[in-house]
Amino acid sequence: MRDTATLNRGPELGRRSFLKVSALAGGGLALAATFPMAGKAATGAGASEISAFVSIAPDNSITIIGKNPEIGQGIKTMLPMLIAEELDADWDLVSIEQGDLNAAAYGPQLAGGSTATPMNWMPMRQAGATVRAMLIAAAAQRWGVDAASLTTEPSAVVHAASGRRATYGELASDAATQPVPNAQSLQLKDDADFRIIGRPIGGIDSPKIVRGEPIFGVDTQLPGMVYAAYERSPVFGARLVSADLDAAKAEPGVIDAFMVEGNGNIEQLVDGVAVISNNWWLANKARAKLNPQWDNGEWGDHSTAKYDADARRHMAEGTPEEVFASKGDVDAAFASAAGTLEAEYHYPFLAHVPMEPMNCTAQLSEDGSSMEMWAPVQLPGNGQAAVATYLGIPPENVTVHITRMGGGFGRRLNIDYMVQVAAIAKQMPGTPVQLIWSREDDVKTDFYRPAGWHKLRAAWDENGKLTGWGDHFITFALSASSFNPATMSATEFPANYVENLEFAQTKMRTSVPMGALRAPTSNAMAYVMQSFLDEVAHEQGRDLPTLLLDIVDGFEQEPGTFGFGGPAPGFAPERVRNVTNKVLDMSPWGEPAANGHAYGFGFYFSHMGYFAEVVEVSLNARNQVVVHNVWVAGDVGSHIINPFGAMNQVEGSVIDGIGQALQLAVEIEGGATKQSNFHNYQVPRMPMVPQIHVEFVKSDYAPTGLGEPALPPVIPALTNALHTLTGKRIRSLPIDTSLLV
Amino acid sequence: MAYRVTINGETREIDAPEDMPLLWVLRNELGMTGTKFGCGIGMCGACTVHLDGIATRSCSLPIGSIGDREVSTIEQLETTPVGRALQKAWLDDDVMQCGYCQAGQLMNATALLNNNPNPTAQEIENGMQGNICRCACYNRIHKAIAMVAEEGTENA
Repeated sequence: MRDTATLNRGPELGRRSFLKVSALAGGGLALAATFPMAGKAATGAGASEISAFVSIAPDNSITIIGKNPEIGQGIKTMLPMLIAEELDADWDLVSIEQGDLNAAAYGPQLAGGSTATPMNWMPMRQAGATVRAMLIAAAAQRWGVDAASLTTEPSAVVHAASGRRATYGELASDAATQPVPNAQSLQLKDDADFRIIGRPIGGIDSPKIVRGEPIFGVDTQLPGMVYAAYERSPVFGARLVSADLDAAKAEPGVIDAFMVEGNGNIEQLVDGVAVISNNWWLANKARAKLNPQWDNGEWGDHSTAKYDADARRHMAEGTPEEVFASKGDVDAAFASAAGTLEAEYHYPFLAHVPMEPMNCTAQLSEDGSSMEMWAPVQLPGNGQAAVATYLGIPPENVTVHITRMGGGFGRRLNIDYMVQVAAIAKQMPGTPVQLIWSREDDVKTDFYRPAGWHKLRAAWDENGKLTGWGDHFITFALSASSFNPATMSATEFPANYVENLEFAQTKMRTSVPMGALRAPTSNAMAYVMQSFLDEVAHEQGRDLPTLLLDIVDGFEQEPGTFGFGGPAPGFAPERVRNVTNKVLDMSPWGEPAANGHAYGFGFYFSHMGYFAEVVEVSLNARNQVVVHNVWVAGDVGSHIINPFGAMNQVEGSVIDGIGQALQLAVEIEGGATKQSNFHNYQVPRMPMVPQIHVEFVKSDYAPTGLGEPALPPVIPALTNALHTLTGKRIRSLPIDTSLLV
Repeated sequence: MAYRVTINGETREIDAPEDMPLLWVLRNELGMTGTKFGCGIGMCGACTVHLDGIATRSCSLPIGSIGDREVSTIEQLETTPVGRALQKAWLDDDVMQCGYCQAGQLMNATALLNNNPNPTAQEIENGMQGNICRCACYNRIHKAIAMVAEEGTENA
């Protein structure tokens, strides 16, 4: 049983983690590591070879591997900051290289779930402190002094008593021969001594980006490389019957066109036709000549209208398929309540649309025994495994170079485009091929944020205390999903704070692929639950922050858990109070709003982060919603490691959420996605962006991630503000402003 | 068809169908990958280049229509004072997240400031609304442009 303090501190390097320091050829030092927590992946590529994680050259330059995929969350800069801090490195002497997929050498390599900060906070610092301790030991030996009498300044060891000083580069070769200290014996820095953590540091790749240098996946160029476009059915679940390959091959510049058979897993490979050219635009253009015939099976008449009608019928009938969380006596609670409320909520399918369309570059060896890939992918290990299985070769024969990504938002947790390019490369062993999707392919063949419907009910006593809480959740049964986002937690707030509870669900059949969109499940649940709680508060004659703090009043921190990302502290009412009070304090909440303006509040806890937000809205002369200001108070633990990246993530999350609330929806018609590009899937643009005011509340917990948790509460804060402004409830997204007048 | 097009001051010989967009000439024929593909229909601005100094969406500009107009791209942005100043402001303010749209944002912002060295906040919004940043770094982009407008290009 792990105690609360351990859970609050986050994972550390375990006794089974293996650090090795060795001399570099030509002088210098290299720290390598093996991570038992890499688990399955450790048996994959590179398990037997150890790669340098940190190296120090005789010229005093330091190279650190950025191990995790960079999707714009700033991780390639941030994780090396942790190593450099405890190494006490001069940041200006540090260069960062993106590591290939090699979980045995680097530990888990993924971008998702805002997990990188909590998973790596201690292990990366311990790795840096290991090298620093060995550099100090080398200096102590060289000068014949006690190691305890030595200190470091950036990239140098200093003996204050004698005034002696040696750079890390000068000591590196000797340090490589020192014994590796035990992780548990390492002395980490006091916060007051931090020189890098807490300092705003620009993205390590930014200078290359502003010059247009090739660093994204789609910028990959290899000798002899050809381009591929892929035609697949617009109807999800359809099978390919025929295509006019000769017509496509007759088009200018087309090298080849061939059919690809799906492997029966929509998360990996669906039927389609590949068109190959030396120029992607020519390949893509020739798709128009393919005249593909599809067998839509049973899916050709599916639509969001049908799903909505079916869901409304399920909610009206009130006979759920299953009850998935229940306690107390809900019926009795409602029968004896001083007040009750019921409402139906709905939210649509959403697409991810990262700016860099899906792409991947692959080269199968002439004999088909090994594969090399250049992949913009959030879960490179999943891609490696799926490609290896598809090709029938061992995972260690699939080399994955992780490229920088033009955005992820969860889309690149799915690895379908990697299997797709592998299937194409299989037809042309030895030739490097780059698969690129058009924006239309991207919008029409996403793994969408699931649509959902909720019939909620609440009961409370004469003091306004919640006594009963229920939800009939209408969702989808997914045919395949490595991560099922069409779910709702049995502990969805305020479930743990109400004595009588019933969460039930009914699942509808569909072939629409679904996946994780930034703050998965939370981006929908926050809107539903915090909007309905605002309804309850209003009905009780008080405001949502008051109700929220009342609900958690008197409760202790929930027990912690030990999950995928390592130890996680339990939900802490105190942190709810702190961010709520902070945002009320920093915003004009409680003061009269400007004429025609109104404020709304929302809170949500997700991905280990606590966020309370206040939104100021008005309606303009054309009855459009204008968001003027958003105040954000967040608690993600004891430190903001890189304030630049942190602010960027919070601002981006807030705007992302506003876009979802105001104008985003994917509709299905005839079994296919109706939207196709940015003209009918209108992500936010500069003119709609509000002023965003952010403050972080520091708490005594290990730092946690910021890729997601600021997004969910902005949506209910916005809908709640519109209720205050107009008296109308927004029970369906995106907001239909015709309902506000 | 063979075309002669001046790109970043250099005359390039290009053999391509006349309707091939400049974007795909740059990326796949010339290997100049700084200009990015985002939507293919001129809706996102990731592919913005300058055509005789005017911000133009290269995904919707057929190679056959360019004639003797001069193309310049992100790869030579740092040779211009405004471009250099904007690049510096982008880095000083850590404008970007994923960075994929930023070549287009920078090319568009450079053309904006070349035409109007002292834009109002409203003029910056209007001038930049054709460029999508999916990471939504908009407040930072806005601030960086305003900073260059205010401070000029002398220190760049």
